[in-house]
Amino acid sequence: MTGTTGITLTGRPGAGAARPVKAPPLRPQNRQLAVLAVLLLVAVPLPLVLPPAQGAVAVRILIFALMAVGWNVMSGFGGMFSFGHAAFFGLGAYTSAYLLVEHNVSPWIGMLAGMAVAAAVAVVIGYFAFRYRLQGAYFALATFAFAEMLRLIVTTTEFTNKAVGFTVPLIRGSSLWKIQFAADSPAYFWIALGLAGLAALVSILFLHSRTGRYVTAIRDDEPAAASLGTPVMRYKLMTVALSAAITAVAGAFYTQYYLFVNPDLAFGSSVSIQAIATVVIGGIGTIWGPIVGAIILGSLSDVTATLLRTPPGFLDFLQGRSGLDVAVYAVLLILIVRLLPKGIVGTIAARWRR
Amino acid sequence: MSNSGTKTEPPPAPAVRRGPLARLSPGDGTGALLKRAAATGGLVAVAIAIALIKSGSGLVVWQSVVTGLLMGGLYGLIAMGLTLIFGVLDIVNFAHGALLAIAMFIAFGVVQGTGLHPYLTLLVAVPALFLIGAVVHRGLLSGTGGASLENQLLITLGLSLLLENGLLMFFGAEPKNVALPGDFQFSLFGAVVSGARLYAFLGAIAIGALLFWLLRRTRFGTAIRAVAANGPGAELVGVNVRRVHTLTFAIGTACAGAAAVLAAPLVTVTPTLGEQFNITAFVVVVLGGMGNVAGALVGGLLIGLVEQLTTIYMDGQSSLLGVFAVFLIVLFLRPQGLFGRRS
Repeated sequence: MTGTTGITLTGRPGAGAARPVKAPPLRPQNRQLAVLAVLLLVAVPLPLVLPPAQGAVAVRILIFALMAVGWNVMSGFGGMFSFGHAAFFGLGAYTSAYLLVEHNVSPWIGMLAGMAVAAAVAVVIGYFAFRYRLQGAYFALATFAFAEMLRLIVTTTEFTNKAVGFTVPLIRGSSLWKIQFAADSPAYFWIALGLAGLAALVSILFLHSRTGRYVTAIRDDEPAAASLGTPVMRYKLMTVALSAAITAVAGAFYTQYYLFVNPDLAFGSSVSIQAIATVVIGGIGTIWGPIVGAIILGSLSDVTATLLRTPPGFLDFLQGRSGLDVAVYAVLLILIVRLLPKGIVGTIAARWRR
Repeated sequence: MSNSGTKTEPPPAPAVRRGPLARLSPGDGTGALLKRAAATGGLVAVAIAIALIKSGSGLVVWQSVVTGLLMGGLYGLIAMGLTLIFGVLDIVNFAHGALLAIAMFIAFGVVQGTGLHPYLTLLVAVPALFLIGAVVHRGLLSGTGGASLENQLLITLGLSLLLENGLLMFFGAEPKNVALPGDFQFSLFGAVVSGARLYAFLGAIAIGALLFWLLRRTRFGTAIRAVAANGPGAELVGVNVRRVHTLTFAIGTACAGAAAVLAAPLVTVTPTLGEQFNITAFVVVVLGGMGNVAGALVGGLLIGLVEQLTTIYMDGQSSLLGVFAVFLIVLFLRPQGLFGRRS
């Protein structure tokens, strides 16, 4: 996962708006923050302009973006290829759903609790994985196994309602404190936008912080970083915890938006794959890759759904069948990895610099 | 399933890319190997004894052991293909399960269409999967684009999503059955065994033996092992490495094809069934040592046992939970697998 960093050592100052270059340390960060601010400003009026059906797509894109930003922190910046982010998404979703359903706790607090739980679990998983020096395929398989174990445990535990999961109790009217509004309310979009914007902000600040620099150094050459006195384990664990916390926010918001969560939706391997595919298509280890990937994949399922509702002649046999959206994004994933291994943003940035 | 004799120190460097020639055979010193085999056998005996105490019925445990071992043979066959691909090409093939599902649908289609005996579909499914494997390797995995470990993982992951959802689109999600004509049941010292299960086990062992013979006793097998040990070296002495890679990948997927036909009468055929087999096969591969073909067979038998014993230990839990627990313990304590060599 090397080579597509947010921090690079080559390149002229002032080249490429979305691409950090080595320069006075604060500049790329400020530029990225400015781009983020512009993006957010442009996005704010969107729900007032878009038709309601597109509004739901926009919220889904933002949930994907949250997951992707979270995965990217660990696997892109940190170089630790996680195949089990469903674990953190699910912990976020279940913690907040459990607190809300059983103890009537506000989802905002549930979200924070979910972040804490996910981060703690991530530190435990990370500790064992790093302690026993799992790398590459072994690390990916271990994270996958942890997520699947959580799914199996949640599916068979009374405490988490077994396979049924949780349904968010409906309230009368709308409430910001309970994160519940009318189904087509733009408030969902604004909250998701705020959360995703915050996550992107955190990932930018993290990448340019001292910790972020240590982490990218460890990713690029762990023995070298360690020999210079970087506390490798501590920084890896911090990265993993941050990544898990961001992903947990996605899970908690997901539950509030769809009002329902079950073991497969929360902990299923498709959640992990979703996070991975989004970032890989957008560009691993870049700031904007997860966002671009989320926009592409989030709108993709809407496009294929529309296509299947009124299929053109040659696709008639597919009417009422499922699977096309995932098949299309699988093809996209393969093509991107084969043709643009740096992802869309990474490739554009590399072109720009040349 | 950890080895009590080796718990004292953490394992050294991860076993990701290390002398793969050794991984194609249980190449440890015989003494160490025997010791580990004895320790493994001891653990299995203890696990069975605990199951006996827990369930209180000898028959229940005996039935589990028989079922587990018979199913384990199939897991072993699936994992042999996976481990061969990993040992020679260093590819973690996430599409293995999806390819298995494709083969099952081929078997289902042929049986439906022509009324052939299910086992005769081996003649169609195995060559078909061999061909698919060769095409997949040539088209997607060889060359520069598929260079890094992550990229290969992502490509095979994308492929598995594509195949699974392709099956879903064309065949729908309704489960299908491949019935074995003239299936029978018999009692093995009290345990009920169906003919289909026994045939599947024997077939898996026979194909495993064939694969082992191919690797150890033929010129082509020698070439495969040479490429696994040292690609550039093999190239220098005139081995066509790219061809060996493609053929090895194809043989690996053909194993999945054979396993699919043998397993088809035992399961309900759905587009997503490959997923679970894939997970189990990964566990078996790690347990047996990545790249170790004989280890895969033994690992398959062990995982078959673990699955069955889990349902005795933990009532109402999925049998996969025990498999994952074993998986993590092995990953942490013996990432080179039970029969892998320490470097």
